[in-house]
Amino acid sequence: MKPIPFEYFAPTSTEEALEHLANLGYNGKVLAGGQSLIPAMNFRMARPGALVDLNGIPELAYIKPTADGGLAIGTMTRDSKVEHSPEVAQRFPLLLEVMPNIAHPQIRNRGTFGGSIAHADPAGQLPAISIVLNANLKVLKKGGERWVKAEEFFLGPFMTVLEPEEMLAEVVLPGLPPHTGSSYQQVSRQKGGYSLAAVASVVTLDTAGKCTSARMVMISVGDVPILSEAATRILVGQKPTPEAIAEVAEIAASKEIDPGTDIHATAEYRRHLVRVLVRRSLSTAFERAAK
Amino acid sequence: MAGRVFGQSIPRNEDPYLLTGQAKFIDDIELPGMLHAAFYRSDYAHARIKKIDVSEARKLPGVIAVYTAEDFGEFVRPGPLQVPPPTAIKGSIFHARPLMPIAKDKVRYSGEPLAVIIAENRYIAEDAMDYIVAELEPLPAVTDLEKALEPGAPLVHEDLESNLAALVKQERGNYEEAAAKADVVIKKKIYVDRGAGAAMENRGLVVNWDDRAREMTIWATTQAPIPLRNSIATRLGLFEEQVRVITPFIGGGFGPKIMTSQPDDVLLPIIAMWLKRPIKWIEDRRENFLATTSERDQIHYAEIALTRDGIILGVKDVFYHNTGAYDPYGMTVPLNTQTHTVSCYEVPNFYTEIRMVFTNEYVVTPVRGAGRPEGVFVMERLLDYAAQELGMDPAEIRRRNLLRKERFPYPTGIIGQDFVEGVLDSGDYPETLRRVMEVIEYEKFRKEIQPQLRAQGKHKGIGIVCFTEGTAVGPYEGARVTVGANGKVTVATGISTQGQGHFTVFAQIAAEQLGVDVKDVNVITGDTGHFHWGAGTFASRGMGVAGTAVYNAAVKVRQKALQFGARFLGVSEDEVELCDGKVCVKGDPSRSMPLGEIALKANPTRGTIEPGVEPGLEATAYFGPPYGATGAGAVAMIVDVDPETMAVNIEKFAIVHDCGTVVNPLLLEGQVMGGVHMGIGNAFYEKIKYDENGQLLTASLMDYLIPQATDMPKEMIVEHLETPSPLNPLGMKGVGEAGAIPTPACFMQALEDALYEYRLQIDETPLNPSRLWELVQQAPKK
Repeated sequence: MKPIPFEYFAPTSTEEALEHLANLGYNGKVLAGGQSLIPAMNFRMARPGALVDLNGIPELAYIKPTADGGLAIGTMTRDSKVEHSPEVAQRFPLLLEVMPNIAHPQIRNRGTFGGSIAHADPAGQLPAISIVLNANLKVLKKGGERWVKAEEFFLGPFMTVLEPEEMLAEVVLPGLPPHTGSSYQQVSRQKGGYSLAAVASVVTLDTAGKCTSARMVMISVGDVPILSEAATRILVGQKPTPEAIAEVAEIAASKEIDPGTDIHATAEYRRHLVRVLVRRSLSTAFERAAK
Repeated sequence: MAGRVFGQSIPRNEDPYLLTGQAKFIDDIELPGMLHAAFYRSDYAHARIKKIDVSEARKLPGVIAVYTAEDFGEFVRPGPLQVPPPTAIKGSIFHARPLMPIAKDKVRYSGEPLAVIIAENRYIAEDAMDYIVAELEPLPAVTDLEKALEPGAPLVHEDLESNLAALVKQERGNYEEAAAKADVVIKKKIYVDRGAGAAMENRGLVVNWDDRAREMTIWATTQAPIPLRNSIATRLGLFEEQVRVITPFIGGGFGPKIMTSQPDDVLLPIIAMWLKRPIKWIEDRRENFLATTSERDQIHYAEIALTRDGIILGVKDVFYHNTGAYDPYGMTVPLNTQTHTVSCYEVPNFYTEIRMVFTNEYVVTPVRGAGRPEGVFVMERLLDYAAQELGMDPAEIRRRNLLRKERFPYPTGIIGQDFVEGVLDSGDYPETLRRVMEVIEYEKFRKEIQPQLRAQGKHKGIGIVCFTEGTAVGPYEGARVTVGANGKVTVATGISTQGQGHFTVFAQIAAEQLGVDVKDVNVITGDTGHFHWGAGTFASRGMGVAGTAVYNAAVKVRQKALQFGARFLGVSEDEVELCDGKVCVKGDPSRSMPLGEIALKANPTRGTIEPGVEPGLEATAYFGPPYGATGAGAVAMIVDVDPETMAVNIEKFAIVHDCGTVVNPLLLEGQVMGGVHMGIGNAFYEKIKYDENGQLLTASLMDYLIPQATDMPKEMIVEHLETPSPLNPLGMKGVGEAGAIPTPACFMQALEDALYEYRLQIDETPLNPSRLWELVQQAPKK
């Protein structure tokens, strides 16, 4: 379990990092917290020819409030910083609920918010959270910048729209309207372990108690995080009843996901879990929105 | 029988080194010119070797040598058997197929070494693997224990008629006659799967051959340093005295590190002699899963015959045992299963049959529990099915059948891993059950708490089971106790230490006898340069066997100290006593001589000595019991199950354990908890999974789950009953495996109780939430 020989670059500015990535092309790989990449390299499953280490670039780590009540989070912000940030707690209680489920404290001290999204593990929480929170992702390359909606960022397991010379630089989470509630529900075999299935919901009510927005995403039950269409279609414009929620859960579990069987769980069990967790997540999110 | 230090909760002598990072582990060893080894392993589980081309790998800069089986010539041959077969059991069949150190002609398990690479560092050694081309012709793999014995099944060893590795039948009484008279007979197929030792530290070996001194020093993470030294010396044609095996601090053993004559310890010593340079091999986690021995599956066809009052008339158990591709460790694991199936109960008629099977999986050898948890799982499940059938409380059916203490010593009629008939020496099994019910408030939970919880829609269940643990088996261990001129004591013994606390408990035994401080006793374990007789650390025998040898030696030194002390003080022996590191004249402490001074004077450099007097304050003693001492206990646990997701939390766990005389309650509690931790793993987390092609699907800690702190019981109660064993002077029995033995059975019973709406009869371990959900889906509603 030792990596193959590779080159290592330690730029001290974003500009320098982009320069390296441009030069390296397909040979280069960004090193953020390294909590997934380094084990993959040690197993020789990942064999990058060169690493561009972002850990020496302080300007990439920050949590900045935005005018619309949202947050801009620099790609190298450690997960533990997000977990313990008062701004995050106030503006996105969902993240407060999610973060302790990401591995263990030691790993969150090293793992980064942007790195986890760019890594695009189908069992990872943050890719799904970026979708359910409607994040905008700032992508940089040498001499260029583009913005990608989180919904359009993920192509498959460990695959994103990022080109080899590009890097994810910032995650912007738009502010949430009043009367918004959220809930994260996960079943994993162990605390901090991979989820067998997980569901995150963000819902908004109007003053009459009708649902104006319902975003619900499912994790570990497909190649990428799956944003439920049924949740929006069935719930928006309605008062959220247990029956409506049960209908969403049923459609989500039977039609919207594509779970697999592995050594930890069967596909049938994962479908069952989604049915349970969608119900729990949406019910809790609506309860919180109504408060 | 607690004394001044013996029997006290003394913090560990070794902890200051370990906790401050000062302890030396094998990977800390650096020698000038040291090379690094890596094994190129087969991806196929079963294949014929056509050709292995290592020529390109040899050319890689930094690669010193690459060897295949051909390069070793006659040196590569199977074996030897580390544990002989149980010839004491009449009619038993055993086909010895000891381990091959490197695959020759045929591969029999995935991960079997095809080549050894020696390079300047481990990185380069692993790089070289990309340049090795192995042409292998895959064969159908044998992984299913029952199909393996069907006619026409592919053969792991083609010189045998079938994949049957061994067949052993033992019976006391006559089961069939008993069953014919029974009111109830329950038959069930039960599947028990146990996992890896998965010690925190993987295995490792450093070999240094001094070509001029003709001496080899080997640092190894072994539980059996002396057998390892002997097997290496024998294979190399050296005297045992030319080979010294040293165990540095070791991060856990749990059984698999007992194995010797494995690819690393066979091949690396001769390579070190050829290259005349030190070689280090540190196993990585993937290799540990692929190619360090572990336990695996057993399939039991079990029956229990009872009266309608729940009194056991007989038990029958015919089981298949997976031994892997070779059987170098004999039959220790399935024999333990045989001896532990019915051991704490009065079972007049018992038939047990082992069908040991070769498969294309890695070799099975003991892991903490070593077959005992399997037997206990089968028996305790049978009792639970019987209780369900008879409408009895699980605790009650056990109470009615436990062996009474008047029955000891109780010959079991079943021959065990030490090849003698098992005899239960001592204990009070009904008392352990009574006390565990008391500490977990069993009746209160059943009658008051649980009905309320159920009314609230909660699913909390309780389980309660009993077990024994055969421990402290022979053949023997020895120890040498020496008082130095500094007045401090050195204890050297042949067993090695993997974290049990020997540096403290052996010190306590010696300190109690010699009247010195525990911190002033230096314990040396696992260094053949210091002590070279013994078998090793296994079967919970460290305290009971080596500990007793330490005691015997310390008693001799004490006598010698009094004898010499009296002489040097000019008084008679009955006038002196030991006092605080000195020999004092009774009633006149002003007349005394420190032990160090006596030690010095007892080793004169000029003059004469009396005939028959041995120099120094030193003695060596050995101890070997006629048969092993049997520990026992009862456990209970309360679990909380989410009936939708099948997430399980263990709320409370209680164990009342009897390992005879307690040497150090603090360390004992740690041992018990560690065992329970492993038992929880075997119930709900740890599973080695091979697919039908013999591919290991669980070769990392991502896939092979080990219970975390958060998976442990929220509350844990550990209590002890002390019924001293008559088999050794201190009355000790072992405890190393105790917690691992009853836990899976107890867990399943508690789950069934929690999911009370279903008629659930769990007949397998380990489970996981997904599998539990499946079982619940299939179970009829009550």
